[in-house]
Amino acid sequence: MKSLKRHFTALAMSACVLLPTSVQAGKVEVLHWWTSGGEARAAKALKQMMEDQGHTWKDFAVAGGGGEAAMTVLKSRAVSGNPPAAAQIKGLEIREWAELGFLTSLEGVADNQNWDQLIPPMISDVMKYEGQYVAVPVNVHRVNWLWVNPDVMDKVGVKVPTTLDEFFEVADKLKAEGYIPLAHGGQPWQDATVFDAVALAELGPEDYRKAFVEHDMDVINSKKMERVFAQFDKVMSYVDDNAAGRDWNTATGMVMEGEAAMQIMGDWAKAEFTAAGQTPGEDYLCAPAPGTSGDFTFNVDSFAMFSLSDEEDVKAQKDLARTILKPEFQTLFNQNKGSIPVRTDMDMGDFDSCAQASMDTFQSSSDDGGLVPSFSHGLATTSHIQGQIFDVVTNFANSDNPDPAKTTDQLASAIQSAM
Amino acid sequence: MTDVVRRGVRPSRIAIYGVLLLACLVYLIPLIIMLITSFKTPMDIRSSNLLALPTDWTTIGWTKAWAEACTGVQCEGVKGFFWNSFKMAVPAVLISTLLGAFNGYVLSKWKFRGADLMFGMLLFGCFVPFQVVLLPMAQTLGMLGMANTTPGLVLVHVTYGVAFTTLFFRNYYVAIPDALIKAARLDGAGFFTIFFRILLPMSTPIIMVSLIWQFTQIWNDFLFGVVFSSGESQPITVALNNLVNTSTGVKEYNVDMAAAMIAALPTLVVYIVAGKYFIRGLTAGSEKG
Amino acid sequence: MEYRQRRPSGVARVSSGMMDSLQRWLPKLVVAPTVLIIGIGIYGFMLWTAVLSFTDSSFLPSYNFVGLEQYAKLMESQRWLVASSNLALFGGLFIGICLLIGVVLAIFLDQRIRQEGAIRTIYLYPMALSMIVTGTVWRWILNPRQGLEKMMHDWGWTSFSFDWLVNPDFAIYTIVMAAVWQASGFVMALFLAGLRGVDSSIISAARVDGASLPVIYWKLILPSLRPVFFSSVMVLAHIAIKSFDLVMAMTSGGPGYSTDLPAVYMYATTFTRGQIGQGSASAMLMLGAILALLVPYLYSELREKRHD
Repeated sequence: MKSLKRHFTALAMSACVLLPTSVQAGKVEVLHWWTSGGEARAAKALKQMMEDQGHTWKDFAVAGGGGEAAMTVLKSRAVSGNPPAAAQIKGLEIREWAELGFLTSLEGVADNQNWDQLIPPMISDVMKYEGQYVAVPVNVHRVNWLWVNPDVMDKVGVKVPTTLDEFFEVADKLKAEGYIPLAHGGQPWQDATVFDAVALAELGPEDYRKAFVEHDMDVINSKKMERVFAQFDKVMSYVDDNAAGRDWNTATGMVMEGEAAMQIMGDWAKAEFTAAGQTPGEDYLCAPAPGTSGDFTFNVDSFAMFSLSDEEDVKAQKDLARTILKPEFQTLFNQNKGSIPVRTDMDMGDFDSCAQASMDTFQSSSDDGGLVPSFSHGLATTSHIQGQIFDVVTNFANSDNPDPAKTTDQLASAIQSAM
Repeated sequence: MTDVVRRGVRPSRIAIYGVLLLACLVYLIPLIIMLITSFKTPMDIRSSNLLALPTDWTTIGWTKAWAEACTGVQCEGVKGFFWNSFKMAVPAVLISTLLGAFNGYVLSKWKFRGADLMFGMLLFGCFVPFQVVLLPMAQTLGMLGMANTTPGLVLVHVTYGVAFTTLFFRNYYVAIPDALIKAARLDGAGFFTIFFRILLPMSTPIIMVSLIWQFTQIWNDFLFGVVFSSGESQPITVALNNLVNTSTGVKEYNVDMAAAMIAALPTLVVYIVAGKYFIRGLTAGSEKG
Repeated sequence: MEYRQRRPSGVARVSSGMMDSLQRWLPKLVVAPTVLIIGIGIYGFMLWTAVLSFTDSSFLPSYNFVGLEQYAKLMESQRWLVASSNLALFGGLFIGICLLIGVVLAIFLDQRIRQEGAIRTIYLYPMALSMIVTGTVWRWILNPRQGLEKMMHDWGWTSFSFDWLVNPDFAIYTIVMAAVWQASGFVMALFLAGLRGVDSSIISAARVDGASLPVIYWKLILPSLRPVFFSSVMVLAHIAIKSFDLVMAMTSGGPGYSTDLPAVYMYATTFTRGQIGQGSASAMLMLGAILALLVPYLYSELREKRHD
């Protein structure tokens, strides 16, 4: 009996050697666009953990344009009947994919790990289709952050602004001293990210939700929205002339080097500071975007899981889902990515002060209604409406003589046409 | 210039040389910038300007781009992708050239009813924007079981390259006198005999054109490469895109430029070595075609 | 039909019937694979796109027909208007400037120039680069902070300013510059080879008649290079329509959407925005425009050839 067992083991082992991709372990092909410094490190951590479990990681990175290229590839792969095991899809697009029947249910894993207890309902709703999990959230990003170079602020003798009016005051002083007040990259999604923060500051969370989640025309086509555009225009006037086409991390680099003083960007920017070896509170500061303290625009990265046929691959896929929500991974990943864990039961002791502040605001704002999904990152509305808003906003930001009233009309009709 | 001087320098001569040399400069500057930048250190790039020579020459950009730079999660440089491109380009170039040669032969020497229509439709086919065909092509490849495989990618490149190769060969063969073919037929030579014995031996210039054109197009393609290949079989243009977009804090322009040079090297070599055949062959067709 | 002229010898007569029909079918058999892949890969897919342009397909193809609604929406879209007028501007300037530079350089290079081979190679090499590489390099050169402008400032010309790349009104011209840089040398080479084929006795004869060199080129030589113009325009139009890669690498359509081209718009609506119906409609308009420009041109060119 013993010798038979040994025989079997030897056989299995030799099979393993001969056929490295045989049934012993599955492979997971993961489509993502995490290619910038901190993101790539975070993805590497996931790869390592999957390999430790004996699975093969097939990396499928498609860089560029905030995932635009990756989405093209994913759609082609899906219609060819050959989707990857997991793909970085977020927000309302998860539902669109699920409706078309491409995604697989993760109920077994979710029940087993008790996901409903771990993940805040606002986020788990986005991950579910017909009550079942079809995607795994990885992290929570806060979009309404202001990144500040403290040395520059000290030299000019100004404090970190907390309201838009303070921001304008501070920015004027910075400009007078020859600094670029606001580092920015002139790409549609970055324009929208700044607009996102200004809109939250001017409208407040309730009207923000009405405008960008419910598309309530009373808010979209209103004097309030005109004021948002006017303020946005003013904020953008503190950006240097050469911003067009600049990547967000290049803009972050300008803050690090002290060429620019501030940047309004989500906390993935923190990953760049971290990767450059900088410490929050010393080398750089994180503050809520002007006028939005206490509020939290969230952006959740997630992996949607596609239906697969190979049994071992399905097992690997389930392991991937499980691994993503493991505390060790959540810590490791989010420390690299700049975000906070999606699990609410995590010990934040190992995280830096910005992440701790983020977690605090996340929890307090989800109680007092200040927690809103970010429209500029696809959490609030469909890609079609989002695209229409992007067009209006970026056109406004690049216009020679911007007209807030006219643009508000344009925004209203653009959203209407896409509904 | 000595004998020009001896004959007396005419102002028009000077103007001609001036214009030609100025144009040389304009065409060369981007390449020079790429080259010098690839040999600089990142510090050097930030402190000096575009055309300044490196203060200390280093090949670190090149070695990094070749074997260490990150393209996503892997950090093995572009070397693997470089060979992928060859694996894809060589069969695609050969097959499309062969098909083009046969098509050109038939469309010029064995015209059948509808041959002109077919030619016109092929011509129009050269102009179809490739973005249009991505989704249906993906579906078709899926049905054929060739999705995300190198053979699938080869098929795509053959499909959208054969219009051009046919155009080249047809225009070239039209210029060859029909009498030659007729005589061969009278001697009892068949379809293939005429092709292989008579036309092919005189086709070297146009074969060069087809090979160079197709190689350049296929090697440089990004869209099909990114959509129809996956992971380890991605061509170098896709890796280049990933590499350029993968950055930690400060962009390493020397690595980017070195990687761009590596990606461009095979086609550059082809143009420099075989460029004159290219031009000769192209006009051989269009002059009389 | 000419195969009937064959007179098979008596010995081969038995099998000649079969051979004949084989010979008759061979040409068609040989082009069959091409007809198949082109028929499906270009015309089949085009038809499919046409069908989708009449549907409300959003995220993935669906077949819920809505008539001309997508076209109507397209016509109202500010961004589409910008994209189409950009293509007209870009295409016109690109083809025009390339032809001009190509002709001038070719004529100059045809004046018994030393090191002609080397100069020719220098003019030609940009064509070997991928548009992604060209776009990346030019983006860097034209970036005011890093490139040309900074260099001029370093050299002491501090008032020098060149901000076209980041100026919404001028960014499209930087795309023209990069594209001309890439393709004009190729046009030059086509014309140079054409000039070499011109019978030099024509020039001598005209010279004897007292015509000046520019007049000879303008009146005699260039008109005889009509076929070269034809192939050049074909190649350039092909490049202009495919300039998608160049725009993506240089500006991604920005600042704002000021450098959008129809191909970029189509790509963005179809894949990024999940509006396949709308994207298909824009593709059909693009194809229609190409057809409208190309068919008359092709027709006249091909007819002329037949008369020769």
